[in-house]
Amino acid sequence: MAAEDTTLNDNQYLTFVLENELFALNIGSVREVLELTSITKVPRTPEFIRGVINLRGRAVPVVDLRMKFGMGETRRTVNTCIIIVEVELDGESTVLGALADSVQEVYEMESSQIEPPPRMGTRIKAEFITGMGKSGDRFIVILDINKVFSAEELTLAADAGRGQPLAEGREVAVDAGA
Amino acid sequence: MSQDDMHRMAFREEAGELLGELEASLLALEDQPEDQDLINRVFRAMHTIKGSGAMFGFEDIAAFTHEVETVFDKVRNGLLPVSKTLLDLTLAARDHIKLLLEAADTADGPDPAIALQGQGILDGLRRFSPAAPVQAEAPAVMPETVRGMATYRIRFKPGPGFYATGNNPLHFLEDLAELGDMRRYLHAEEVPCLEDMDPEVCHVWWDIILGARKSYSQIQDVFAFVEDDCELAIDQIDNGEALSDAGVYKKLGEILVERGDLTPDDLAQALAAQKRLGTVLADSGLVAKSKIEAALVEQEAVREIRKAREPAAESASSIRVAAEKLDDLVDLVGELVIVQSQIKQEALAGNDPTLKALSEHLERLSDDLRDSTLGIRMLPIGSTFSRFRRLVRDLSAELGKEIDLVTSGEETELDKTVIERLGDPLVHLLRNSIDHGVERPDERRASGKPPRGTVFLSAEHSGGSVVIRITDDGRGLDARAIRAKAVERGVLPPEAELCDKDLFNLIFLPGFSTAKAITNVSGRGVGMDVVKRAIESLRGAVEIDSVPGQGTTITVRLPLTLAIIDGLQIQTGREFYVAPLSLVEECVDLPRDEAGEGDKIINLRGEIVPYIRLRDFFGIDGCPPDVEQVVVSSVEGSRVGLVVDRVIGEHQTVIKSLGRIYRDVEGLSGATIKGDGTMALILDVPGLLRAAVESGN
Repeated sequence: MAAEDTTLNDNQYLTFVLENELFALNIGSVREVLELTSITKVPRTPEFIRGVINLRGRAVPVVDLRMKFGMGETRRTVNTCIIIVEVELDGESTVLGALADSVQEVYEMESSQIEPPPRMGTRIKAEFITGMGKSGDRFIVILDINKVFSAEELTLAADAGRGQPLAEGREVAVDAGA
Repeated sequence: MSQDDMHRMAFREEAGELLGELEASLLALEDQPEDQDLINRVFRAMHTIKGSGAMFGFEDIAAFTHEVETVFDKVRNGLLPVSKTLLDLTLAARDHIKLLLEAADTADGPDPAIALQGQGILDGLRRFSPAAPVQAEAPAVMPETVRGMATYRIRFKPGPGFYATGNNPLHFLEDLAELGDMRRYLHAEEVPCLEDMDPEVCHVWWDIILGARKSYSQIQDVFAFVEDDCELAIDQIDNGEALSDAGVYKKLGEILVERGDLTPDDLAQALAAQKRLGTVLADSGLVAKSKIEAALVEQEAVREIRKAREPAAESASSIRVAAEKLDDLVDLVGELVIVQSQIKQEALAGNDPTLKALSEHLERLSDDLRDSTLGIRMLPIGSTFSRFRRLVRDLSAELGKEIDLVTSGEETELDKTVIERLGDPLVHLLRNSIDHGVERPDERRASGKPPRGTVFLSAEHSGGSVVIRITDDGRGLDARAIRAKAVERGVLPPEAELCDKDLFNLIFLPGFSTAKAITNVSGRGVGMDVVKRAIESLRGAVEIDSVPGQGTTITVRLPLTLAIIDGLQIQTGREFYVAPLSLVEECVDLPRDEAGEGDKIINLRGEIVPYIRLRDFFGIDGCPPDVEQVVVSSVEGSRVGLVVDRVIGEHQTVIKSLGRIYRDVEGLSGATIKGDGTMALILDVPGLLRAAVESGN
């Protein structure tokens, strides 16, 4: 489903702001944009996963992108939004929310207008970036949402949040149905 | 999906069910080789698979099944005894049909190896032609049975001297009633008026219709000693064979003529009158009214006995519903329950009596709706037990052991999802009992036990949960070996003092196996740790207990449903949590003098209860209130307190999964939606306790 969308809207991006910088996500992975609702904190988890929200009866985890990128905690303003995205996590499609200071617009960019990510000099890990676009004289950092929200990133963080090394021989939980 | 695909899918589903039934019937036949009903069931299942298979284009399945069916047709007609060899082959055939079904899903058609295997099974079955002498096996006894349910018409007229010989006609009626389904019609029209009546003579007689799985002579035997003292007529009016002319019932006139109450000529005349026959005959006085009524009783009885015999009537009328639809329904009911509790809060906050009354009514309705919706998803666990029967049979043969599987509590109902996800762990636990628990016959003899071992599998309801026990009478666990292994693996400090039960439970640790040799049975790369995790993912718990030399018991406790629980809402700081009410025993205030920095224990009516402060464990900021509260819960047999800021109250809690990201979070089992639409987290109290113990809190 998501894959089909990406082919249709391959050159459309949702732009948003994190601490005065412009970022973008391919519209194919974006499901909807919500106003900031009340987030329920889940204890003993990494700081940057802020908690869960009720999205029409489902518990959806919300990630603070600013904290993830080391820009400090997102503060609640009238413009703060939650971007609901769908990512592949261990081959399962998972719905997550990402906090943004504000959401700008849906912006069209041809692939020819997109530069490859710079090797260095960006504030965030190069592997999270698929490319750099431009809007007027401002750069847009196009994020690879599946990399940002990869299982490793989220579970590494989860272990850190627990504050203790894993017991030896511990493996990823096996689903009972497997 | 095309119409054709849908049909094929429906066939697959149906065939899968039939194969399950087939297996259960075959295994039951092992114990009762002459049970005609089971033989018919096997035949019917085969027959249906063959017929629908041919209809939906599974020709290979139809052709194969046809051959098996042919053999069972002979069994059905009493030409072939049920023997172990035959059952083995038929079971193999059943597995083969299953393979063919699965192969039909793949595009490249059946695998030649599979076809070859099928050929082998058929060759074996073809040897069972009635011409060939049956092998040296003791043929199963075929008692004089009637195929299915036969119907008899009995006219029982005690003679004048019947009482004088000390007989009571009622006793005979009681004996008949014990044979099957009996209807009787009392003819009292010959009872004289009081002054003429001889109290020592029986003036009444009966027309009886009996539906029973008995032969003619068995019916006759009832009256063996009084045949000379009474008028007796026994006719078989329906022999219980498959209904060739299903739905055709004898007409009233026919019955009366057969009984000899009416001549055929009179019948023809009465029929010419073009009214309801019963009325005509009664009005014309050709037949006494009572006899007509007796004949009508017969008509009705035969109709009902036949109806009961139709296979469709075996199960209550039911419809097939896609599981997703049920899941959607449960979700909707969950949402409704949430809205209902919101309305209840509003109603209680205001002072509008009408609203309060309506809200109470709504609560009752939504409770009932919740219960019946969850009830729809409930299935008896017995459906999975049958597959274990097969497992025990095959595996014990493979390992050269003699093991009986004894099951009880098949009717215990559990949520469909729980049953589905429980299958694998239970299989593993059973394999474990057979492989490591029960000894070989020679070893058992040496230790003075009967050579045949037993594995008990039982299920029962206990409060809000289901308890499943797997007990074997095998060699039991060796606490010393487990201890040595644990020390060797560094899981246990050498000086640790553990009671046997705690030692036994170490086998649920990852990579822990005390089997000297890894067999291909329990090994298979999964250990008891996976079983434990699978059961815990169902919010259940598993524990093990064993007496060396006498056996091992594994107890699995599971919640009834995964969708909705009764919860106790609590608050700590600005966060809300829900504890499963089934674990909560009581709530008390935390005495000031025990809330200090020292030991975290409270004295509850003389009992020492340790507690966990949720605020500390979850790292919640802020100051606790002056008086905190303790939720006393029972976890795995011991009591533990959870200290919270305040207890809010009971709420129906719809469980939502927290998803993959939070899978490893300790102490939480899910989330729920509160009355105001925000989320609250559901506590996993046993997990919380474990995590607290591990972190030395």
